[in-house]
Amino acid sequence: MSRYAEMFQRLAQRNEAAFGAFLMLGDPDPLTSAAHLDACANGGADMIEVGIPFSDPIADGPVIQAASVRALAAGARVDDAFARIAELRAKHPAIPIGILTYANLLMARGEARFMADAKAAGTDSILIADVPSLEAEPYAKWAKEADLDLVMIAATNTAPDKLATIARLSSGYTYCVARAGVTGVRDALELDHASLFAGLAEAGAPPPVLGFGISTPEHVRAAVVSGVAGVISGSAIVRLVTEEDSTAKIEAFVREMKAATAR
Amino acid sequence: MRQSGRFGKFGGAFVPEILVPALEQLEAAFFDAQRDAGFNAELQNLLTTYAGRPTPLTKCRNLGSERTRIYLKREDLLHGGAHKTNQVLAQGLLAKRMGKTRLIAETGAGQHGVATALAGALFGLETKIYMGAHDVARQSLNVFRMELMGAEVIPVTSGSQTLKDAVNEALRDWTASFADTHYILGTVAGPHPFPLMVREFQRVMGKEAREQILEVEGRLPDAVIACVGGGSNAIGIFTDFVGDEGVELIGVEPAGKGLSGHEHGATILRGSPGILHGASTLLLQDSDGQVTESWSISAGLDYPGVGPEHAYLKDIGRARYVGCEDQAALDAFVLLARKEGIVCAFESAHALSHALELAKADEDKILLINLSGRGDKDMLQARELLK
Repeated sequence: MSRYAEMFQRLAQRNEAAFGAFLMLGDPDPLTSAAHLDACANGGADMIEVGIPFSDPIADGPVIQAASVRALAAGARVDDAFARIAELRAKHPAIPIGILTYANLLMARGEARFMADAKAAGTDSILIADVPSLEAEPYAKWAKEADLDLVMIAATNTAPDKLATIARLSSGYTYCVARAGVTGVRDALELDHASLFAGLAEAGAPPPVLGFGISTPEHVRAAVVSGVAGVISGSAIVRLVTEEDSTAKIEAFVREMKAATAR
Repeated sequence: MRQSGRFGKFGGAFVPEILVPALEQLEAAFFDAQRDAGFNAELQNLLTTYAGRPTPLTKCRNLGSERTRIYLKREDLLHGGAHKTNQVLAQGLLAKRMGKTRLIAETGAGQHGVATALAGALFGLETKIYMGAHDVARQSLNVFRMELMGAEVIPVTSGSQTLKDAVNEALRDWTASFADTHYILGTVAGPHPFPLMVREFQRVMGKEAREQILEVEGRLPDAVIACVGGGSNAIGIFTDFVGDEGVELIGVEPAGKGLSGHEHGATILRGSPGILHGASTLLLQDSDGQVTESWSISAGLDYPGVGPEHAYLKDIGRARYVGCEDQAALDAFVLLARKEGIVCAFESAHALSHALELAKADEDKILLINLSGRGDKDMLQARELLK
């Protein structure tokens, strides 16, 4: 059984939704980044999503763009990202780890090699922000060959034929987008997902995990009530990265968010 | 989507899933409009009575020679000052057709921003233009023109603060705003259907030029030469000549401060396969796939990617791509002003410069150059450079 499947099963028994924490690898520097990843695990994150920084992150809002800029300015390379994941895996053998990145980094390394290296480092899944269902077919093949889960994005405006493609090609979980637009912190959460979740269930897609704009425990509670299998918080964590006592703050924030996942 | 948007192995639609419905809506509207006589008549009317088509084909009186005749397709005379207006009018009509109330666009030199601003004014659509902060500084006259026509210009301060970053920002805006907003992408780059659609709306240049040269010379040109940043003026003039085997198609890339260094924008000559701004194409990038910053004296060519169809034309050997350095472009810019009384855009000067190189052989040849824009926007920069 995959780490995601084990996690969802364990959480179902405890009557909880999953809390996923996102951080950009190498942001703001390798050492701090490693400490922050530990803080997420120690704070009780059920799954960890890591960004591999790309120069042109079109799906990301200002907070995560800034994280990419900081990581790249600090000299982050793709090799370093895999090294960081391997360290995290060594310390936390059971936690599912997913990569979020962009297609060009895969093409530059060779998609098959990128996926194989990700797997060897201990990664469970990969989500490629600029590979939609229309283009996903070869990526699903590469992921399968590397024994990685290909996670795909579904939004409230995603058509039924696309949901069917997502169900067919993806595994691990389905990254559901809480609203139109790019990643980022929001005050209010738009939750009009009943039909999306129903559509995904009907298509037989992997469990829905909601992301984009999940920044308070209230958001988490609202999402859990709406029937998600989990939530992912990104920008709200990443904006703590440059604060003083960032490691302690990230751990406390993750703990608070995780506490809101009880059903 | 009805088509995959592929040009050989290049192209596609590499965008976040959220944007797919917007691209599908656009593709459907474009194919429907292409078959709609009413749409085509309205566009034709605008191109003729508003934009000033057909543009003339000018034979140089003093550049070239008796044997090597240089012809200029005068897109500098088009309303708005560059070829950009052709396709912006068409996309503006499409935006209306789709019921959108707002336009967004990216711009490098500002020519596409100016064209989008005029379309926004003409069609009564709220218009927002993303422009790299670096370009805002070097193209201040165009910024003022856009604002004069009612557009809001947003300086983009991320990354290299040029065209690439302006495209990123426009795409981000669009992922949140597509319900009421049309993104008028300015070149033959980006996700399907943009490369195909922009080509179809720009090929009027090649169609006219082909008829015009046949009329004056009684034969086709030996070469068609155009500058390539994203590549819309080049695709626009190439397309109707692609089937004419004897006509060489030459794209001139900005070689900046030299192809041996990193300060250039010669994507086809120095790039490698990659995925940027929604398309699989050729890119200037490092070994990890981080897109590097390009350089050109001309803001309109300062782009580390290129339209996927150019990557394809290069791949199949149908078009040839060469470089022109900043200084050579500047020299050609001055020469055209002195010898022909035409002040062209820095971008177009790259194409002219290569034609002048070819003309040195003094062979019996006809060279057709797409003079894609006029140089008013470059006056302040030229004055500094020529001091």
